[in-house]
Amino acid sequence: MGRVKAKPGPLARRPDNSAFKQQRLPAWSPMLTANTVLPFFYFMALICMLLGVWLLLTVQSTREMKLDYTEAGTCDRCFEMRKNVSNAGEGCSCKAVFSLEKPFKGDVFFYYGLKNFHQNLRRYMDSRDDGQMVGRKTNLKNPSSYCSPFIRDQNGLPIAPCGAVANSIFNDTFTLFHHDSSGKSFKVPLLRRGITWYTDKNVKFRNPKVDNLTLAQVFQGTVKPLYWQRPVYELDQADPTNNGFINDDLIVWMREAAFPNFKKLYGVLYRADEHFTQGLPAGSYSIEINYSILSRGGTVVWLKLGVTRVPLCAFVSCVFLGVF
Amino acid sequence: MGMDLSTLRTLIIRYCVGEENWVDSRTIYIGHKEPPPSTEAFIQQRFPDNRIVSSKYTFWNFVPKNMFEQFRRVANFYFLIIFLVQLIIDTPTSPITSGLPLFFVITVTAIKQGYEDWLRHKSDNAVNQCPVHVVQHGKVVRKQSRKLRVGDVVFVKEDESFPCDLILLSSSREDGTCFVTTASLDGESSHKTLYAVQDTKAYRTEQEVDAIHATIECEQPQPDLYKFVGRINVYMDNEPVARPLGSENLLLRGATLKNTEHIYAVVIYTGMETKMALNYQSKSQKRSAVEKSMNAYLVVYLCILISKALINTLLKYVWQAEANRDEPWYNQRTESEKQRHIVIRAFTDFLAFMVLFNYIIPVSMYVTVEMQKFLGSYFIMWDDEMFDEELGERAVVNTSDLNEELGQVEYVFTDKTGTLTENNMEFIECCVDGHVYVPHAICNGQVMPGAASMDMIDTSPGPGAREHEELFFRALCLCHTVQVKEEETVDGIKHGLHQGKSTSFYISSSPDEVALVEGMKRLGFTYLRLKDSHMEILNREDEIERFELLEVLTFDSVRRRMSVIVRASTGELYLFCKGADSAIFPRVISGKVDEVKARVERNAVEGLRTLCVAYRPLSPEQYEEVCHLLSGAKLALQDRDKRLAEAYYLIEKDLILLGATAVEDRLQEKAADTIESLHKAGMKVWVLTGDKMETAAATCYASKLFHRNTQILELTTKRTEEQSLHDVLFDLSRTVLRQHGGMTRDTFSGLSGDCTDYGLIIDGATLSAVMRPGQEDSSSGNYKEIFLEICRNCSAVLCCRMAPLQKAQIVKLIKDSKEHPITLAIGDGANDVSMILEAHVGIGIMGKEGRQAVRNSDYAIPKFKHLKKILLVHGHYYYIRISELVQYFFYKNVCFIFPQFLYQFFCGFSQQPLYDTAYLTLYNISFTSLPILLYSLIEQHINMDILKKDPSLYRDIAKNSLLRWPIFIYWTILGVYDAIVMFFGAYFLFDNTTFTSNGQLMTTNTQMMFGNWTFGTLVFTVLVFTVTFKLALDTHYWTWINHFVIWGSLIFFVVFSLLWGGIIWPFLNYQRMYYVFMQMLSSGPAWLSIILLITASLLPDVVKKVICRALWPTTTERIQSVRDMRVFERALAYQSSDSLLDGEAVTEA
Repeated sequence: MGRVKAKPGPLARRPDNSAFKQQRLPAWSPMLTANTVLPFFYFMALICMLLGVWLLLTVQSTREMKLDYTEAGTCDRCFEMRKNVSNAGEGCSCKAVFSLEKPFKGDVFFYYGLKNFHQNLRRYMDSRDDGQMVGRKTNLKNPSSYCSPFIRDQNGLPIAPCGAVANSIFNDTFTLFHHDSSGKSFKVPLLRRGITWYTDKNVKFRNPKVDNLTLAQVFQGTVKPLYWQRPVYELDQADPTNNGFINDDLIVWMREAAFPNFKKLYGVLYRADEHFTQGLPAGSYSIEINYSILSRGGTVVWLKLGVTRVPLCAFVSCVFLGVF
Repeated sequence: MGMDLSTLRTLIIRYCVGEENWVDSRTIYIGHKEPPPSTEAFIQQRFPDNRIVSSKYTFWNFVPKNMFEQFRRVANFYFLIIFLVQLIIDTPTSPITSGLPLFFVITVTAIKQGYEDWLRHKSDNAVNQCPVHVVQHGKVVRKQSRKLRVGDVVFVKEDESFPCDLILLSSSREDGTCFVTTASLDGESSHKTLYAVQDTKAYRTEQEVDAIHATIECEQPQPDLYKFVGRINVYMDNEPVARPLGSENLLLRGATLKNTEHIYAVVIYTGMETKMALNYQSKSQKRSAVEKSMNAYLVVYLCILISKALINTLLKYVWQAEANRDEPWYNQRTESEKQRHIVIRAFTDFLAFMVLFNYIIPVSMYVTVEMQKFLGSYFIMWDDEMFDEELGERAVVNTSDLNEELGQVEYVFTDKTGTLTENNMEFIECCVDGHVYVPHAICNGQVMPGAASMDMIDTSPGPGAREHEELFFRALCLCHTVQVKEEETVDGIKHGLHQGKSTSFYISSSPDEVALVEGMKRLGFTYLRLKDSHMEILNREDEIERFELLEVLTFDSVRRRMSVIVRASTGELYLFCKGADSAIFPRVISGKVDEVKARVERNAVEGLRTLCVAYRPLSPEQYEEVCHLLSGAKLALQDRDKRLAEAYYLIEKDLILLGATAVEDRLQEKAADTIESLHKAGMKVWVLTGDKMETAAATCYASKLFHRNTQILELTTKRTEEQSLHDVLFDLSRTVLRQHGGMTRDTFSGLSGDCTDYGLIIDGATLSAVMRPGQEDSSSGNYKEIFLEICRNCSAVLCCRMAPLQKAQIVKLIKDSKEHPITLAIGDGANDVSMILEAHVGIGIMGKEGRQAVRNSDYAIPKFKHLKKILLVHGHYYYIRISELVQYFFYKNVCFIFPQFLYQFFCGFSQQPLYDTAYLTLYNISFTSLPILLYSLIEQHINMDILKKDPSLYRDIAKNSLLRWPIFIYWTILGVYDAIVMFFGAYFLFDNTTFTSNGQLMTTNTQMMFGNWTFGTLVFTVLVFTVTFKLALDTHYWTWINHFVIWGSLIFFVVFSLLWGGIIWPFLNYQRMYYVFMQMLSSGPAWLSIILLITASLLPDVVKKVICRALWPTTTERIQSVRDMRVFERALAYQSSDSLLDGEAVTEA
């Protein structure tokens, strides 16, 4: 519209006659009536049903086996021992036995779980220094004040990794054995690597830059967290590349759980081993646990094996929707 | 503020001087010359300079002062406290989360105010530095305006405006008068005549003026533009001569000199003490009903917030009572924390919970509401239908705070003249001693000589009557304050003009007078001009008659009449008086009263405005007495008005009735249609007018305020004379209540004209009797109640013979009655200002009686008919929009914060926030802010045309119906439900082994552990989508902008989350969100739960909507469904209008 801008005389103040200014923009006016809503509703229900059925089918084969080893087998001894603080220094290992009635086919994941362990306490969660973990050198020697009271030891040396989270790392170790019908025992091989988010391992957690220096030299001038037995650069004695801040167990632990009962990945069954290419066969198993210093005082530790029941929740909600 | 300072300053000055008698008056020494020592002590008072300061801030005090003012608002202060608490104690969320939005809000407001103030500074500087001419030592010197001081003598040329308030000393015109226009002060463009002081008007050159030796005593500055009292003492030969000064000598700052070459005047009030500056005080803030409900909701939410914090603090200590929970081995306290006292710890915990949950009362709500109101008001200004081509004016919004109040109006108080009617007066007839004269030919300014131009209805009167008739015409030609404006020729006035017929036209502040003078012109008597206090009249024989104008007893609304005293060339003295019949008849001693009265009443019934004219011949002795009375009153410094009124009362008596005039005021176009619509919309319309009852009643019938079947109840002086007020009131209330007792309530809302409705007519005198406090013990309170009860049952009320203040009283009476209805006052004249200011919503009509009503109003519209659109369409829309805005805002923050509350039960009440800082901060200011703002700007639940066609829809939203407590509770419960679904849904899916441990479920990645931030992000994602979809479900008017904003803001959320988690942010000391969002999206179950939870959250609301619509549809919903059927029909209509538009485009091109 070739509108002439300067309108003459009394029309000078006339407002623009545009659709927007006159509130007459073309518009679509939907209405929520049964006729419009129901088809959409059925459509949603159908999608959910399909999803549910599909989930049902996929997970039918998944199984789960849970073992609470707090006082299982010979572990009650260790549990008692840990209750008494004076014995804290002594190591303690124990053994628990279980059996699988059906084989766990396919990938098998091995988790450890904790009950009533509040990783989500505010002060606890904040007590970490991501700057230190990402390999910033200044933060290595001068950890963030958030880490207190786990920021420096009595001598004033900085703690690496600092903070309550790292300090309380779960360090029980497990060894799993399979006993076949002939009485022969096989050690179940577990992959202890690749259990973290790729980005965590490669970006978010970095060791301070090493120019020709060994990791130990880099961490010189820092001390290990109070509750730790070994310094951070010696966490994995088997694999030197899995030491320092990029240790898989450390990374897994550092991702704080949302709820007080939680589980974290410990390892994945190594299926290249000829005995376990199909997954875990049925039969009896035993597990050797190195009961660590930290699992004490009311903290219940349990162990979980394998994969799950039906994802019931999803299914139920789909059915619930479908009923309407 | 400026006002405060200046009063403070005057106070200080008073204390310094220590003189009692200066409290009420000031002494000004013209030209700063000392008075002769004998007369009085020369004490130079100190006055402020002539600097106008309209700006609030200076460069230095801007930051502190602006901050102070902003934090005086309760909401801002609350957020500041939260922010400070966050800074001081160890809180769960970083201070940035509340500091940033607060900073944003404060900064935006500060920038806006700063910019406005800068503009004010600029205009102040322009004004303060503009040059003025001052007489110093006998010479005219240029000075900057701000350097003017009280007592300076200034020289003002034509078309210049006065730099401060001045007393006119002399003018270039011989008669010592000057003309000014006060267009910029009160909008009246007519020229007003002002007079120089008698004793100084002869001083015409700088030297002479400089020689004036005088002092002025006058009152301290007052804001009333039309009142001024003072006294000038002129020392001639050391002999003081005292003269009265009144507003006719006072030149106001802001007025402009017209038709006068130059003047000399002395400065009396400067700078912030000028009447103009005193009048620029901000009006009292009006608050809308919606705002009140919003504040009530806020209090509820504040209580919720505090109780949440208290509960959590309490539970925390209960929970911690068990061993190992207070300080588990993995989470030890620092030394300083250990030493802290338990009470302090509990208190800090309480504060920390407060901080954690404070988002439930969001900063952004205030910003959004403000923006909605500010931007929304543009739609009123832009409305083409409210543009008046004749006036070239469109609607004006003076306050945007009241937009939604327009949708809540229950009582409409309207002025009659100029509001319902055109205020375009036309002389219809006059009646002299019972003989009626009608000018039959409309001749544009042309005077037809002789009797040819008039049509006498009666048979020709006798010779004595002839004399009376001419006296009547002369009286009308003389008794007025009309000015003659020449066609752009200064010379015209200066040299006089004898032809006078062609180019002159009349101007006056009262259109009645113009109509009368023009009517006289058509009847053969032409008023030519006022020259040297002689009024010149061209009579039928084309002879000029000259009358010396001796006194003008100006019109006021209490007396309701005006008079002039003139001396004819023969030397006879006359007092001519014209006024309302009720003001004239009691004072008449002879004349054909009955005939005239009959005619006046007849005319009034026809809706004509009538005036009566009377005269009184004065003997020289009587005149002497009159002069004495008047000058005595005029010289008084105190109570001058009262004494003047008394003098007028004594002078205007023993009148001889001449006749009456009738002037027609046509109804405004579509006034009747508008009133009918307002009635249908459930509003009660009251007409408040100063006119007489019959005239007003006729207008009411014409404008369909009263119908033929309306039963009229009268509460007038006439009736109260027969019965006591008490009886009349009880009678009426019995009549009204009987009717309503018999019927059920809902017939009230039934619009059928069958049921009798009542119309009440009350006049000013009776009203004041009803309202008078403390008469007859306790029964007065009763009267008010009974009166209100009657009014409540009348669909229309007419109040006539009202003084301006009574109008405001009526509005206040209704406003404060026990239902507290929302009132709207609409008017066009200065006499309506009080009621416009009193009512909840004040609307000004851009009429002929100046701009005062427009300036004091909240909204101004060109014509009365536009009231329909502004109420029924704009008001309705704004109300719907803002109520959704308010409810939605609270809803979305319940959804937002309640999961965080629930999370406390799982994290040991440690105040761990569920969401990341960025989400906490941005939720309200960016993720969910734009869709609701847009909704609240452009939502239209029903088409505009339907709203206009069917006014009864307005009843749907009456009484703040969308913001009632049940609805608020519904929204809150919905919010809590959604929060529970989101939190526990996610919890269930999350905590369930299947969710995280399903190695093969959807991707290979999901066996990776999800931490608490993933959980929070999951809940937050569901939250953002749910609340946005909820708004989408409520939106009934999807333009492309809605689509853009709603989907756009969701996309923005996703993009932001990807970005926020995609980078290791170098300036942050935590990286907790790194890749959390991506990891979540790469997990199938997360997708599933997002979809499921959103659906589950929205389901109840959708079901409720569908069921309610199907089973109990509201009127709105019924209209919406009907509209669907009409779509086709309307599409056709659109097409035709489109083609019309095309046609227009062609012609425009």
